[in-house]
Amino acid sequence: MRHRTVLDSAEISRAISRIAHEVIESNKGAQGLVILGIPTRGVPLARRLAEKIAQIEPDADADAITGSLDITMYRDDLRRGKLRSPEPTRIPPTGIDGRTVVLVDDVLFSGRTIRAALDALADIGRPDAVRLAVLVDRGHRSLPIRADHVGKNLPTAIDERVSVTVAEIDGEDAVTISAPEAA
Amino acid sequence: MTSLLIRNASVLGGEVRDLAIADGRFVEVEALADPGRVIDAEGLIALPGFVDLHTHLREPGREDAETVLTGSQSAARGGYTAVHAMANTAPVADTAGVVEQVWNLGREAGWTEVVPIGAVTVGQQGEQLAELGAMARSAADVRIFSDDGHCVADPLLMRRALEYVKTFDGIIAQHSQEPRLTEGAQMNEGIVSSELGLPGWPAVAEEAIIARDILLAEHVGSRLHVCHLSTRGSVELVRWAKSRGVAVTAEVTPHHLMLTDELVRSYDPLYKVNPPLRTRADVDAVRAGLADGTIDVIGTDHAPHTAEHKCCEWTAAAMGMVGMETALAIVVEAMRDHDFGWSDVARVMSSRPAEISGLPEQGSLAPGRGANLVLVDPDAAVRVDPNEHATLGRNNPFAGFEVSTRIVHTVLYGHQVVADGSLTTAHPITEGGSWIV
Amino acid sequence: MRHLLSTTDLTRDDAVDLLDVAEEMAQVSEREVKKLPVLRGRTVVNLFFEDSTRTRLSFEAAAKRLSADVINFSAKGSSVSKGESLQDTMQTLAAMGADAVVVRHAGSGTPHRLATSGWIDVPILNAGDGTHEHPTQALLDSFTLRRVRGGLPASGPAEGARGTDLAGSTVAIVGDILHSRVARSNVHLLNTLGAQVVLIGPPTLMPWGVEEWPAEVFYDYDDALAAHEFDAVMMLRVQLERMHQSFFPNPREYTRLWGLTPQRYRALPGHTAIMHPGPMNRGFEICAEAADSPRAVVLSQVANGVAVRMAALYRLLMGTESEGRS
Repeated sequence: MRHRTVLDSAEISRAISRIAHEVIESNKGAQGLVILGIPTRGVPLARRLAEKIAQIEPDADADAITGSLDITMYRDDLRRGKLRSPEPTRIPPTGIDGRTVVLVDDVLFSGRTIRAALDALADIGRPDAVRLAVLVDRGHRSLPIRADHVGKNLPTAIDERVSVTVAEIDGEDAVTISAPEAA
Repeated sequence: MTSLLIRNASVLGGEVRDLAIADGRFVEVEALADPGRVIDAEGLIALPGFVDLHTHLREPGREDAETVLTGSQSAARGGYTAVHAMANTAPVADTAGVVEQVWNLGREAGWTEVVPIGAVTVGQQGEQLAELGAMARSAADVRIFSDDGHCVADPLLMRRALEYVKTFDGIIAQHSQEPRLTEGAQMNEGIVSSELGLPGWPAVAEEAIIARDILLAEHVGSRLHVCHLSTRGSVELVRWAKSRGVAVTAEVTPHHLMLTDELVRSYDPLYKVNPPLRTRADVDAVRAGLADGTIDVIGTDHAPHTAEHKCCEWTAAAMGMVGMETALAIVVEAMRDHDFGWSDVARVMSSRPAEISGLPEQGSLAPGRGANLVLVDPDAAVRVDPNEHATLGRNNPFAGFEVSTRIVHTVLYGHQVVADGSLTTAHPITEGGSWIV
Repeated sequence: MRHLLSTTDLTRDDAVDLLDVAEEMAQVSEREVKKLPVLRGRTVVNLFFEDSTRTRLSFEAAAKRLSADVINFSAKGSSVSKGESLQDTMQTLAAMGADAVVVRHAGSGTPHRLATSGWIDVPILNAGDGTHEHPTQALLDSFTLRRVRGGLPASGPAEGARGTDLAGSTVAIVGDILHSRVARSNVHLLNTLGAQVVLIGPPTLMPWGVEEWPAEVFYDYDDALAAHEFDAVMMLRVQLERMHQSFFPNPREYTRLWGLTPQRYRALPGHTAIMHPGPMNRGFEICAEAADSPRAVVLSQVANGVAVRMAALYRLLMGTESEGRS
């Protein structure tokens, strides 16, 4: 395998700042925003995004608008493969009804995770709008899903692997791409 | 005159010599003018044909589980030349009519000598004595009486039965189980039953009855036979009784010599039996008791059941195991660590049970006695497969066991009923005639 | 985990994991849609050979909250009462496409037998077998205890219990230990989770060899109360049929010696939770004052039963298909 770093810590930080501005721009402020990270690595990214938004819009309280949305129970491949334990779903006390939910995930690939997240969201309440923010969009969609906010569009081959590490979980921030050795 | 010569058999595991048979009896080899048929017994052990004091043949009543014919064939393949058919049939063998029916069926079958046991009480209900005298004086000539499956729990009734059978030198074979202490019992009461939540069958329920019966037998001077003794305490009681000179004999099954209640953890009804499988300490004690003569005989308690009575949940399953075709092999395996030779095997499986039952033609290889004989391969490698057995019962707990002993030939009153492990032809017993042709 | 037959089969990590999954399931009860799609299109059969409306309803609610189809099969009035064998019943259920069977049976070991007989090849959940085990009851008890010990609400959604066990806690189980499947399952599970177990009851209602169990045994309730500060006192139901089998002289004496009377209740430390698997014999093994006190978590136990059974169904039915691409 050959590994190549495509985003380093500073670049990730800049990408999140840019997304924060985009979110505020499209929402015309921070009112009614709920930022939900999809476990595992979407959760700290959502937290950082909310903190950035709070820096820009002092009325926003990062703690009050951040949460997590576990999609384990909504996966379409749950019956296959290894046993999965559900991760916490924590919705801010305001709930999501009538709000604008920004789903945050690290990598957008087939779109199946987001499909599951939309199903999970529908069982919790009825937001006004749902937006999707991802750190990396690597293409190869299986479903008609697109991101509203993208840190970096990363054209990849289907057999390449994109991995995201975050300081809160992995000790460092990085996006790397690994490709199998050519035969 | 039909004759048979057994060549080069190791008699009781000792001296290698020939055994001669003429007209259904052993004779001196020199007396055999014409050797007739010859069986080459090189490498085989010659033992007197086995005598089982405790067999359930199920006929009449449960011919789907076993018949006198299939049970007799199973006996022959297990080396048994006489089996005692327990009385818990339907109808119960509590009249001369039923015991004679079983006796006749045994003779018609012709694979082993079937000796009926009569019930002690009418319908085995434990309330009034059955017609013991009529059964003793019937063609079946019953000497052993038992309510096996049920205990003669009423002490007064037991006393009367013990006294009454003195009339014809009879013996009461007791199924020792205090009924109140074993209501709903499903397995041995102990650590395992507590963990499994199965109602327990405590050792004391067996020992209390044995102790009482020993004292009764001593008091009235009668003969008592203790069926399928299973606990350490029971062995001690019988040892004590014998030291006092009480006329008590005791029996143990192959499964109680080998298996423990740990097997019940599987909840497989194959291991459900009455009395229940006990603990390792009990197994060690019954082995020691068998080795030192406290326990007189092996009784198989061969108890065939149909699949539907075993292929169900534990609590709904019937109690019992089959065992005639594996009895010898299991006894040999169980007693490996004891000073227990082939003559001991012959004692506990043949001569002593024949003596207890009063069967002069069984239990001996001596000239003049009935030519009942089994030839055993002591160095076989056999994997027990109940599907290959002659009994209709598939409830053999030793399935899959690797054993080293195999019944090769069985000779019943001079007629070879089993050759190289397979059934040949039944004994050509004549109408109303005797086994001695 | 293929079946849930006995709490002895659970390691500490298995048990904590099940309780953690149950914590997530407890969240669902507060949501707008009290349902998860995980078992959509799968069939859970409730096979009850013994009446138990409470346990059946709890399993039914759990399966339905996971979107399973539920078939309730009560042996009463069915072909089983007309002599159909267990084997035929199970093979029939297998042919109908059951994906899991929840079984309640008066005979100890029947779920174990179903799991090993080869008559049906699906997960078996023991919903109570004779006087053997009732593993989901023990799990819901431990779930409740974990909450109570953490100073958390006894039921409903709460934060803070995940990942913890019961190390350092002391739990009394009082009454008919001998015939109690709840006691057996609890003794094993509480030990596995690190709790100290104290069994209290008349010697006639203790299993033979109880001194070998991983528990301290008291015949005298008051001695036990003097010796320990219990985190919870679990009162067992005494079945009516025991009243007249000479296990004890009469109900009055039982209550005096082994009941949670007002005097005993008032003497308990303030943090002791009162538990009961239900249904309670008020005024017999437990006084009304204790049963109705704020320290009684009996209804929380019932509520937690659904979450715990959801967790058990989830664990048994998910990831059971052959390892595929994921």
